[in-house]
Amino acid sequence: MNFRSVDRIIDRYEEKRTALISILHDIQGQYHHLPEEPLKRVASRLQMDLTEIYGVATFYKSFTLTPKGKHSITLCVGTACHVRGSAKILRELTKLLNIEPGQTTKDKIFSLEAVNCLGVCAIGPVMLVNGKYYGEMNWVKAKRLLEKLNNHRGGVRS
Amino acid sequence: MRKIKSISDLESWRKQIVAKQKKYKTVVSVCGGTGCQAYGCKRVRNQLAKTIRKNGDGQKIRLKLTGCRGFCERGPIVTIQPQGIFYQRVQERDVPLIISETLEKGKVLEHLLYEDADKKRKVTSEKDILFYKAQHRLVLGNNGLVEPTKIEDYIGIGGYQALAKALFNMTPQQIIDEMKGSGLRGRGGAGFPTGRKWEDCREASGYPKFVVCNCDEGDPGAYMDRSLLEGNPHSVLEGIIIGGSAIGAHQGYIYVRHEYPLACKNAEVAIAQARRAGFLGENIVGSGLNFDVEIVKGGGAFVCGESTALIASIEGKVGEPRSKQIHTVVQGLWGKPTNLNNVETWANVPMIIRQGSQWFSSIGTEKSKGTKIFSLVGKVKNTGLVEVPMGITLKKIIFDIGGGPQDGKAIKAVQTGGPSGGCIPASLFDLPVDFDSLTQAGSMMGSGGMIVMDEGTCMVDVAKYFVHFLQEESCGKCLPCREGLKRMGEILDGFAEGKGNGESLSLLEELAQVVADTSLCGLGKTAPNPVLSALRYFRPEFEDHIHRKRCPAAVCTPLIHYSISRGDCTGCGACKKVCPAQAIEGERKHSHRILLELCSKCGSCKDVCKANAVLVQ
Repeated sequence: MNFRSVDRIIDRYEEKRTALISILHDIQGQYHHLPEEPLKRVASRLQMDLTEIYGVATFYKSFTLTPKGKHSITLCVGTACHVRGSAKILRELTKLLNIEPGQTTKDKIFSLEAVNCLGVCAIGPVMLVNGKYYGEMNWVKAKRLLEKLNNHRGGVRS
Repeated sequence: MRKIKSISDLESWRKQIVAKQKKYKTVVSVCGGTGCQAYGCKRVRNQLAKTIRKNGDGQKIRLKLTGCRGFCERGPIVTIQPQGIFYQRVQERDVPLIISETLEKGKVLEHLLYEDADKKRKVTSEKDILFYKAQHRLVLGNNGLVEPTKIEDYIGIGGYQALAKALFNMTPQQIIDEMKGSGLRGRGGAGFPTGRKWEDCREASGYPKFVVCNCDEGDPGAYMDRSLLEGNPHSVLEGIIIGGSAIGAHQGYIYVRHEYPLACKNAEVAIAQARRAGFLGENIVGSGLNFDVEIVKGGGAFVCGESTALIASIEGKVGEPRSKQIHTVVQGLWGKPTNLNNVETWANVPMIIRQGSQWFSSIGTEKSKGTKIFSLVGKVKNTGLVEVPMGITLKKIIFDIGGGPQDGKAIKAVQTGGPSGGCIPASLFDLPVDFDSLTQAGSMMGSGGMIVMDEGTCMVDVAKYFVHFLQEESCGKCLPCREGLKRMGEILDGFAEGKGNGESLSLLEELAQVVADTSLCGLGKTAPNPVLSALRYFRPEFEDHIHRKRCPAAVCTPLIHYSISRGDCTGCGACKKVCPAQAIEGERKHSHRILLELCSKCGSCKDVCKANAVLVQ
């Protein structure tokens, strides 16, 4: 594996240990997950134990050690979205995609995340799909959106 | 951009900016908060920019993409100055008319105005909309005036003058005295007096010292800090620099949740601009002060909103809290004195320094001064960010500003204080909103989430929601929180499934008390609050679940069933088409019915029914 891009990220933070979380964010931004080799590189350059790095990578929810799917779906399950029915959307999403939050479908098409608050509470329930916010969602709207994303494959498998 | 080296430099820059701004005949501001972005404000902005450019009006019309204006539910919002026209729910297709009618002929477009629901009349100006009228937007108001990525806008409204005043006309002690005199209490939740905290940190021995801005707004249902850092980052930055100079720190950190990409970006831009303009770095405004700020991104852990966990996270470690026998003002970041305040607190600072503690303390109640921003969300008509003077009643916030219930269902409670707070029942809505009275009612001010709940909200479900939330977010370091919350969650799950009994209810109460008494940090100590407050005010709802196996709000899935009201069903067939379980039968134009044995209770039929004929019981 070529470490040039990983090195560039570490250089940007001047090899500071305190920047570990930011470094991991940037690596994840590049690979869409945290692969082992770059993490080993981070460990050696920051002079930290690999276990320490894995400790941090697994403690924080925003990091994932497995590759994400083509479409990333993040459903807000914060209180405001919850009282407006996001729990029902989540339940049906997990049923439809047959994965739990934090997982990716076997065909690597959809990744599902449930987060505690996206900070767009006024228009809840909110869903973030591939970086775009969708407000006032309900299950039917969510399902249609997924079908649209997947239309070249003839609809979402249920 | 020029480097500001003295007060007179700053003043002449401001005058220059104001003179330049006066050249514009019209200012069109598009709200660029995340809420409006979800509704497509960027497309509106781009279309406006394109047309203005095409018409060659770039010299006459200034187009701004501002921060959050608060009335998110009505987004995208476009305002036109100096006429003060407030357009809401603006779409790309409305742009040609806005240009040809409003900007060129001065005509107001009726269909884009806000309609006052009670009086059934259209309102042209922002200040006449009830949602804004009852507010006191000291901190949030500037969001509508500045483009967050343009330091010139902030300078134009008097930005960084408080910093200049603090650096040249005040000693650090005078700054601290001013803060103490203002009565400002921390807006992050606990309400500790800000001036006292600064003083403790200044007096602590140890070098270097640090200041930290907490924008790890983890409370679900709250987004005040996001909107401030996103919409007016320089005001937060100015507060931090003033604080740093008073405390004797040379380095500040802004800790931002990674879920807030726009806030990170705008804060980064603001820091770079402030460095170039000489408000950060060495010899700030020629005063001799050296101070810089760095952004640290969080990793999505609720517990990192707790000061000691946040500090561990800045150090690049796992965000576990530690016991606070020694306060962070004495031993914080890398064991050095560290002053940590939340975004809203920092944003209040420049205002207090500029206008004085006496002015500030004239607003609010005896023990809670100033204003507070709340995120008014949930089952209420007007959702968004509201800023009100301390001491205003809940009723005023929910019914005057919020416009009351959303779809005719009676409002029964409001949840404040996030997962550490509690639910306040409608019978107590005359309560003044300040730090102390909310605590007395079994909730707390918290960072400012206000989630309105109506008859369609089940309190057992809400209690269950918070316990699971906290169980998930518990760092696992101490046992009462790690195990206690898990067991509490199991008991509440049982209630929601109709499996509870009287014994499990008393066990729940006992457990809640033990978790509160014996947990290590604030997260665990306050974790039982949502359960205890729900039991205190809504016990009959728990008893319904336990003894009668029914959910009065029709939320807990195992206890409910769907049906179609024969009288209301128009036979359109929408529900039948959408039902994933083929559980609906009926001919077109005839009333449909749900086959209970097939129904998976997904609620799709209710989502699509235009006649409101799907009933849940």
